[in-house]
Amino acid sequence: MNRIDFTFAGQQLTALGSGALWWAERNLLCVSDLHLGKSERIARRGGPALPPYDSRETLTRLATDLTHTGATTVICLGDSFDDLDASSALAREDRLQITTLQAGKRWIWIEGNHDPGPVEMGGTHLSEWISSDLVFRHIAREDGRGEISGHYHPKVSLTARGCSITRPAFLLDQARLILPAYGAYTGGLRSSEITLTNIMAPDAMAILTGAKPQLIPMPR
Amino acid sequence: MAQIPPAIQNWFSSKGWSIHPHQHEMFGRADDPATLLIAPTGGGKTMAGFLPSLAELADGAHDGLHTLYVSPLKALAADIRRNLRVPVEEIGLPIRIEDRTGDTSATQKKRQRADPPHILLTTPESLALLTSYDDAPRMFSGVQRIVVDEIHALAESKRGDQLMLALARLQSLCPDLRRVGLSATVEDPEAIARFLARHPDSCYIIQADPGPDPDISMLQTQEMPPWSGGGAAYAIPAVMEQIKQHKTTLIFHNTRAQAEIFFHNLWLANDEALPIGIHHGSLDRQQRDRVEAAMVRGDLRAIVCTGSLDLGIDWGDVDLVIQIGAPKNVKRLVQRIGRANHRYNAPSKAILVPANRFEVVECVAALEAVQEHDLDGDPRGPGPRDVLCQHILIAAAAGPFEADALYTEMRAAGPYAHITRPDFDACLEFCATGGYALRAYDRWQRLQQRPDGRWQLRDPRAAQRIRMNLGTIQDTDTLKVRLKRNRGGKPLGEVEEGFAASLTPGDTFLIGGQIVRYEGLREMVVEVSRRADRKPKIATFSGTKFATSTQLSERILRMFAQRDWPQLPPHTAKWLGLQREISRLPQRDRLLIESFPDNGREHLCVYGFAGRNAQQTLGLLLTKRMEEMSLAPLGFVATDYATLIWGLDAVTDPRPLFQLGALRDGLETWLAGNAVMKRTFRASATIAGLIERNTGGQRKSGRQATFSSDILYDTLLKYDPDHLLMQITREEAMRGLVDFGRIEAMINRIGGRVDLLRLDRVSPLAAPLFLEVGKVPVKGEAEERLLAEESARLLRAAGLQPA
Repeated sequence: MNRIDFTFAGQQLTALGSGALWWAERNLLCVSDLHLGKSERIARRGGPALPPYDSRETLTRLATDLTHTGATTVICLGDSFDDLDASSALAREDRLQITTLQAGKRWIWIEGNHDPGPVEMGGTHLSEWISSDLVFRHIAREDGRGEISGHYHPKVSLTARGCSITRPAFLLDQARLILPAYGAYTGGLRSSEITLTNIMAPDAMAILTGAKPQLIPMPR
Repeated sequence: MAQIPPAIQNWFSSKGWSIHPHQHEMFGRADDPATLLIAPTGGGKTMAGFLPSLAELADGAHDGLHTLYVSPLKALAADIRRNLRVPVEEIGLPIRIEDRTGDTSATQKKRQRADPPHILLTTPESLALLTSYDDAPRMFSGVQRIVVDEIHALAESKRGDQLMLALARLQSLCPDLRRVGLSATVEDPEAIARFLARHPDSCYIIQADPGPDPDISMLQTQEMPPWSGGGAAYAIPAVMEQIKQHKTTLIFHNTRAQAEIFFHNLWLANDEALPIGIHHGSLDRQQRDRVEAAMVRGDLRAIVCTGSLDLGIDWGDVDLVIQIGAPKNVKRLVQRIGRANHRYNAPSKAILVPANRFEVVECVAALEAVQEHDLDGDPRGPGPRDVLCQHILIAAAAGPFEADALYTEMRAAGPYAHITRPDFDACLEFCATGGYALRAYDRWQRLQQRPDGRWQLRDPRAAQRIRMNLGTIQDTDTLKVRLKRNRGGKPLGEVEEGFAASLTPGDTFLIGGQIVRYEGLREMVVEVSRRADRKPKIATFSGTKFATSTQLSERILRMFAQRDWPQLPPHTAKWLGLQREISRLPQRDRLLIESFPDNGREHLCVYGFAGRNAQQTLGLLLTKRMEEMSLAPLGFVATDYATLIWGLDAVTDPRPLFQLGALRDGLETWLAGNAVMKRTFRASATIAGLIERNTGGQRKSGRQATFSSDILYDTLLKYDPDHLLMQITREEAMRGLVDFGRIEAMINRIGGRVDLLRLDRVSPLAAPLFLEVGKVPVKGEAEERLLAEESARLLRAAGLQPA
C-alpha cells in the first residue's frame, strides 16, 4: 500500500509515498518545500539554464495526490516558491495549473525562508496555522509541540543486504513531524546529520517515501 | 636540411652525447606545419621537439611568446622546465622558460599574461583558460611553435579534444603556428597525425628506432595465485626478492585501492627496511611531490604506483617494471614497460604478476601479444559535442564572436573536422538559451545576439563562472583526509564521498600506506588519527577502469580452445581443465551461460568476453528484462569476461532473456532509466556547462541545497527527451560506458549459438566474480522487498512490532 498511517498528537495522519501528508479527518493534504520556479531563479542569477520543467513536474505530482485523496484543504508548508520573484515569474501554464488545483479548495500558503512574504497567488498567506492540537509552520522550533514542519528536506540512507538505499523521508517523534521536500529540484539532508539528530528525540522514527513507504527507527 | 647551430651541437658533444637521427630529422622538418614524432620512452623525444625552438630563439631577436609546450601532467611541465633550463643556461641562450599550471601562483599568472616568457610550459586546461581572456590575441601574437607531449594519451580523451579546439583558436591568432606532436608507440600513427594537424593540412610522421625488444616475463612464485581477488598478496615475497635484486623498481597497479593494499603488505614484509614509496592520484600533492623528489634523487628502491606514473617524468634509473594484475591492454603495457631503462637502445625489463588465476591466462596472452608486436586499440569517433559546448562558452568569455567565424575556425581541429553546421548550431543554441523545447529563458539567456549579429554573454560576470568550471576532467566527489589537530592537521589525500559516508567513528582505513582511524567529518574534511587498532577497511577509489581490449579478449578465447595449455602454469591449466569438466569453457563463436544457486540467491553468469563496459551494459539490459519478467533481480557485477547477475527468484526459463535481436532493438528505451546513463549524463552536463562544479563560494556543508544530477536527467527524459544533452549522453554512452559496439560485435560473433547450463553450484570460472567490486544494484521490485525486510528487522531490533 502506498501509504503509512500513524498517530501524531492524538490525530490519525497518513504519510503518502509521494512525500505528502494526508489528514483524512480534515480532508487535508499538506506538502512542503515545493521550491517552484527554482530553475528560473538559477538562470536569472547567471547560473546554468537547467531544464525548465521542475515546476510542471512538481505540480503534476501534486495534482495526482489531490485527485487520489480528494483533499478540500491544502497546506503548502513554506518554501513553496524558490524566491518571491520566482512566484511572479512562474510560466503562464504553471500559474494556470495552480489556479486549477486551487478551484473549490481552501488553500494555505505558509511562509518559508525562501518565500517570506505574500505571493501573488490565490489562497491564504500565513506564517503558521493551528488546528486541533497541530501547528503547521515552516521551520521546527525548539519548543514545538504537535508541530508539523518542513525546511530540512530530510532523507534517510540505509544498507540492506549490501545494497545502499537513499530516500526522502518523514521524521517523527512525540513532539514533531518533519516532512520531506516535495519539489522536483530538491536535494536532501541525511537524518544522521547533527542538525537533525539535535532536533529529533532519541526514539524518533522515519518513514521512507517511495512506491511502498517504510517505517523505521530514524538512523542517526 | 637546416643545420643545428654549432653552439647546440657543441653542447651535445661536450656531454658525450650524439644527436639522434630522429632529432636531426625533426630539426630538418622544423618549417612543416605539423610533424608527429613516434619514439620510445628515453628516445630524446622532448629535446627533438624543442631543438628548433632553441635554434630559432638563439639570436635573442624574438620578442614575446615563441613556443608553447602542452603536456597532460602538471608535474611534467615542471620537470621539462628544469631539464630544458640546463642546456639553455650552459649554452648561454637568451631564452626565458616558465611553466603555468593549476599550481602556479596568481601573481605569477598575472605577470605571465602581461609579459609572457619565450617558452611557456602548460597543460590543456591552462591553455584553454588563457584563450578565454580578452587579452589572448596580444599574449599569443607571434607564437611560432607548439609542442604537444604525450599526444597518444591526450588523443584518447576529451582533454585532447579540448586542446585541439584551443589550437584551432590559437591558429587564428597566429597563422604561422607550427605543430609538433610527441607520442609513445601506438597502433595507428595516422590517426594521431590527423588529430594533431590543422585540418586538412598533412602531417609528416617520423618513426624513431623503437630499440630492442623488451625482456618481459611472468613472475615465478613458490605460492600459487589465489582463485580470485586483485591484491596479489601471494606474490609479496617474490616481488620483494626482485626489488632487492634491482636498483629501482616501479610496481604498477590498475587501481589505487590495490596499490594501497599492496604497499601495506609490502611494507609488512620489508624486513630490510628498504626505502619504498607509494604514488597515486588520490594522495595529497605534497606527499606525491616528496615521493617524486626522492625518486629523482635515487633515494627509493621501489615505488608502488598507478597510472599516475604512466606518463612522462624521466626516472632515469628504473631498471625493472613490475605490473601487478592483468594489463588489460597491450599498448599500455608496452608503454609502461618503456618506463624501465630509459637509456636508449637498452632493453626494458618487465615482470607481469597475475593477481589471480584468471589473470594468469590474461598475462600469458598479453606476453604473447607483446612478443608479436601486436598492439591493440579501438579507433575513437569524432569529437564529442559537450566539449564543443564548453569551447563556445570559453569563446564567449573572451569576448563577442561571430557564429560563422567560430564554426569555420573549430572545423580546423582534427576531431571536429566533420561536424555539421546544424550540430554546431545546436551547441550554440544550448549555450545561449539552454536549448529546451520549452523556451523558458528568453529573458535570462546566457548568450545574447547583439544588434551587429555577434554573440556575447548577457551577464559579463558569467565569464568568471565559465573559467572556474573549465576543463573536461571528471573527478568523482571526493573529500580531503586530514590528521585531526587543533588547527587543521597534515593533509593525507582524498577518499570518495560515498566511502566517507559509510564510515563510523573508530573505523580504520588505509591511505598513503598508513592505517588511520576515522574520528569524524568536519566542514567536509575527513578527520583521522593515527590510533590504528583495528584491521583496516580499504579506502575505495574509483580510478579509471579500462576494459580488456578486443584483441586481448580474442587471444584468451583462442587459448581456451587449445586441448591443453603448456604455456600456462600447471595450477591454472588444471583450473581450466576443471571448468571444462564441470561446465564448459567459453568459445569464440558461442555464448556460454551458467545458472546456479548460491547462498540463498539465484545466479546467472554470462561469458560474453566483450570487455568490462560492454559486460556492464549487458548486465543492465538483462536485469531490466528480468525485472519485466518478475524475476526480481537484485544486482549484477561485470568483469572483462563475464557478467554475474543475482536475484531473489530462480530463473527457470532464461531463454527469453537472451533473444539478442530484442536486446538490440530495445536498447534505447531500456537504457533510458539506468545508472550508467545517469553517470554519463552527469559527466557531459558538467563539461557542457549545465552543472557547475564550482560556484564561487566554498563548498556547501549542508547538503540539502544541492540536488543530484539524476533529477535533471529524469526531468529531461520525461519532458525533453531529444534535448541536445540527451543526444550527447546517448552518443557518449554508446561508445564509452555502454560500449554497445562490442555487444554488437559479440552478437555477430556468436550468431545465435547460446549454450545454457544449469549447475548445482558455482563453477570454477564464475567463482572469482563473487569477489569483484563495483556491484550495481537494480532499483526495482526487489529493492522494495528488501526495504520491507530490512524495516521489519530494524523495528524488531528496536523492540517494536512491524506493521
